[in-house]
Amino acid sequence: MKIERLIKMANDIGDFFNAESNKEIAAEGITKHILRSWDPRMRRDIIAYCQQDGSALSELARKAVSRLEQP
Amino acid sequence: MSINKEQDFGTPASTENQSVTLEIDGFQVTVPAGTSIMRAASGIGIDIPKLCATDSIEPFGSCRLCVVQIEGGKGMPASCTTPVAEGLKVITQNQRLADVRRGIMELYISDHPLDCLTCSANGDCELQDMAGAVGLREVRYNPVETHLDAAKDESNPYFSFDPSKCIVCSRCVRACEETQGTFALTIDGRGFDSKVSPSQNQPFMDSECVSCGACIQACPTATLMEKSVIDHGQPEHAIITTCAYCGVGCSFRAEMKGEQVIRMVPNKDGKANHGHSCVKGRFAFGYATHKDRITKPMIRASIKDAWQEVSWEEAINHAASELKRIQAKYGKDSIGGITSSRCTNEEVYIMQKLIRAGFGNNNVDTCARVCHSPTGYGLKQTFGESSGTQDFDSVMKADVILIIGANPTDGHPVFASLMKKRLRQGAKLIIADPREIDLVNKSPHVQADYHLKLRPGTNVALINALAHVIVTEKLMDEDFVNERCDVASFSKWETFIAQEYNSPEATESITGVPASDLRAAARLYATAGNAAIYYGLGVTEHSQGSTMVIGIANIAMATGNLGRVGVGVNPLRGQNNVQGSCDMGSFPHEFPGYRHVSDPATHQLFETAWQVKLSSEPGLRIPNMFDAAMDKSFMGLYCEGEDIAQSDPDIQHVHSALRGMECVIVQDIFLNETAKFAHVFLPGASFLEKNGTFTNAERRISPVRKVMKPLAGYQDWEVTQLLANAMGYPMSYNHPSEIMAEIASLTPTFAGVSYEKIDQLGSIQWPCYDEESIGTPIMHEQSFMRDDGKGLFMLTEYVATHERITRKFPLILTTGRILSQYNVGAQTRRTDNVAWHSEDRLEIHPHDAEDRGINTGDWVGIKSRVGETVLRALVSDRVQPGVVYTTFHFPESGANVITTDNSDWATNCPEYKVTAVQVSKVSQHSEWQENYQAFSETQLDLLEQGMK
Repeated sequence: MKIERLIKMANDIGDFFNAESNKEIAAEGITKHILRSWDPRMRRDIIAYCQQDGSALSELARKAVSRLEQP
Repeated sequence: MSINKEQDFGTPASTENQSVTLEIDGFQVTVPAGTSIMRAASGIGIDIPKLCATDSIEPFGSCRLCVVQIEGGKGMPASCTTPVAEGLKVITQNQRLADVRRGIMELYISDHPLDCLTCSANGDCELQDMAGAVGLREVRYNPVETHLDAAKDESNPYFSFDPSKCIVCSRCVRACEETQGTFALTIDGRGFDSKVSPSQNQPFMDSECVSCGACIQACPTATLMEKSVIDHGQPEHAIITTCAYCGVGCSFRAEMKGEQVIRMVPNKDGKANHGHSCVKGRFAFGYATHKDRITKPMIRASIKDAWQEVSWEEAINHAASELKRIQAKYGKDSIGGITSSRCTNEEVYIMQKLIRAGFGNNNVDTCARVCHSPTGYGLKQTFGESSGTQDFDSVMKADVILIIGANPTDGHPVFASLMKKRLRQGAKLIIADPREIDLVNKSPHVQADYHLKLRPGTNVALINALAHVIVTEKLMDEDFVNERCDVASFSKWETFIAQEYNSPEATESITGVPASDLRAAARLYATAGNAAIYYGLGVTEHSQGSTMVIGIANIAMATGNLGRVGVGVNPLRGQNNVQGSCDMGSFPHEFPGYRHVSDPATHQLFETAWQVKLSSEPGLRIPNMFDAAMDKSFMGLYCEGEDIAQSDPDIQHVHSALRGMECVIVQDIFLNETAKFAHVFLPGASFLEKNGTFTNAERRISPVRKVMKPLAGYQDWEVTQLLANAMGYPMSYNHPSEIMAEIASLTPTFAGVSYEKIDQLGSIQWPCYDEESIGTPIMHEQSFMRDDGKGLFMLTEYVATHERITRKFPLILTTGRILSQYNVGAQTRRTDNVAWHSEDRLEIHPHDAEDRGINTGDWVGIKSRVGETVLRALVSDRVQPGVVYTTFHFPESGANVITTDNSDWATNCPEYKVTAVQVSKVSQHSEWQENYQAFSETQLDLLEQGMK
């Protein structure tokens, strides 16, 4: 999947949860949202990107993606 | 079957609780106080003659045909305007009354053409009936002047106005006022010169008339008559079914002659529409038998090939073998399906079942993805259920109505008429919309108290500012919050929203809404009593669509405006079955009833029922399918009733994705835009050709009933079943009622729903948990539907969209619908509704137009970061400077050539409402339009070659 699209989606999700002052809770929210709504191939691709580079992900989104397990 | 004419009680029912007992012609009758004598009599089978009275409008007392005598009373009062009273003794028939009535009828008939045998109303004329009822045998008058030569007005494509047959009873005028709320008709002149006049004595088509049909419904003669009745004669039987257009879901009587629909008449007992209709549902049904209908299955190897008509068996087997081949080559997850809000509940249910159980994955999505998916997400999170909270009638108890990003008079016209009635009674109105919709100041006797004319894309800043005022000025309903909501989440939200940056003063520079207006609107919403929110796609089709839905839920909870009549959060769904298609499990992450595919208990339930191993992973959403197609991991699509090649954003990307797939199967009634990229075409059935149910925006499940045989031989659910069987997943339903029974057995909120109950009640609103339940008009009355029963407040930080205006793209394009056309227009473009709207236009503010030298009617190029198209300009101050607006009903307009891939963070609902563009005067179509026209013509040639 086009990684730029997935990065944008992950960062957008991160922007919503960023309102939460406790960033642990925020990251957990992002992780759960991705887990519940992204097809496995999308999760695989964003995990791979995060592991290889991840620089285009926001800090919060990166934290959340790094918690995802390989589907 | 018979025509089963609906009983007309003469005057509306009284809503008073107190009872009154009286005697009519010696019979005792007990009725609610406030009931007219006419209605009380009608209730016990005594029909008092009448002409100017009908029970859809208030009594008028003009024709005097309904006079009665009251023992001990003076004169002969009109029974339509005289209310019952305790102990009254009413006489409806005696010689004196008969003489008066016969005299009145004689006068009427003296100025009426005596052409009953050739009149279009023959057999359905109240004047004719009354002449019979009073025993009129002669007309003694020989008038020197009559109206018999008055000219007909044939300007409206659907009905004729013949003033020579008019008795000036004013029923049409009153229906236009009371039922529709347009006030297009009046009685012009006085005495003998009195006549019904559209606007200022203009033809109907030049007047404000919106062709809702209420006047025709009310007319007791052939003065206002459907042209279809004039052409074909009176219908001979009627079948009750549900409209296939917007989310109001009006109940209609399909009045038939054999298998031919003569007219669609709004059903008086319909609980969503109470006998009212709009120009689409009432008249625009001709598409169902349009010459463009394709009724034979077709296949082809590539989209460069001519179509080949084949048998159903061959088409289904070919489709199944292609899908299986693709799965063998690219993997189990390489195929999927898209269903539609135009499908019935039962069709959607078996479609998602086929995909989950037959394809073995969860790659199923629905067009709600591109409209109300944020509603599903936001209301599920906060209230615990993905639905609106009220029935439509609830609006009649609202004291203040807040409309956000919706245009009810165009998008949901029948509900808008009810809303306008309440507004004329004095309810306050707040409108948050970038554009001046009709309800701001163009609907008679309706004037918005506040029009918060925000900049597109700033909804969340606006809702936060409203919430800020409610919190900081202590306008909350603390008892409601403490008793009904999650207090910890409220506390966190209260702290967040009270921060200064959420104040109206701080957000004014973002939204463009004056802080003083916003503060006043917030106070009105929070303190006026019953406050109800109605919203549309102007809320959801944004990058923060879900955040905005959550923000709406937050302020409704904070002010205690939930759980009773007159309040609530009400998403106005665009299509007839948006609610139902979502309920039926057409999202890739949810089984029917909004239960996640990974939920162990639900997963087990469906595996057991469907006797197959199911995936517990979410599937691809529609935009993800396109991305995956570009990536060669999604190569086969089964698309039913949805036109993604026109309706989805960044359309060039969609077209590329469709071109990249190895098998696209389209099931539709027309060769729509998507079908031009298809390899298999399975002809579908219109709503008139099938059985099933639709669920409207108020969760009302209504019957869809077959009034004619499917033109292609099968109802859509049968086609999906054939494909399932060919794919190796057996299905053997004999009737959609069996599908509904399965839905009820597997979905707690539908447990008490059955066809028997729907037939008995007419319709039913879910949740309906058991056999005894008759449905739930108002939700969350005692507790919310989250696991702990508490409403959840969530933080709603405003995040600006990625789409920014720049010097290169200085304007914001936003989109919407118009009354006469429906979504991608596949249906309404094939009707006479094009008489009102034959092309999409670009509305541009006079300042922006002047800067660019643009006048109304000029061709203008609209260029965004992703594409360019050309439309004709309409200079209008309905839009604010810096904002342009268009509808999207015509494929050649290419509105989605310019929309971007920005989408809602939670659901990927596209951000149709915010696209940065530049507009300039041009002299020719865009390159995309020319290329697409050529492609489209080629495809039509390939169709023609195949049909030879």
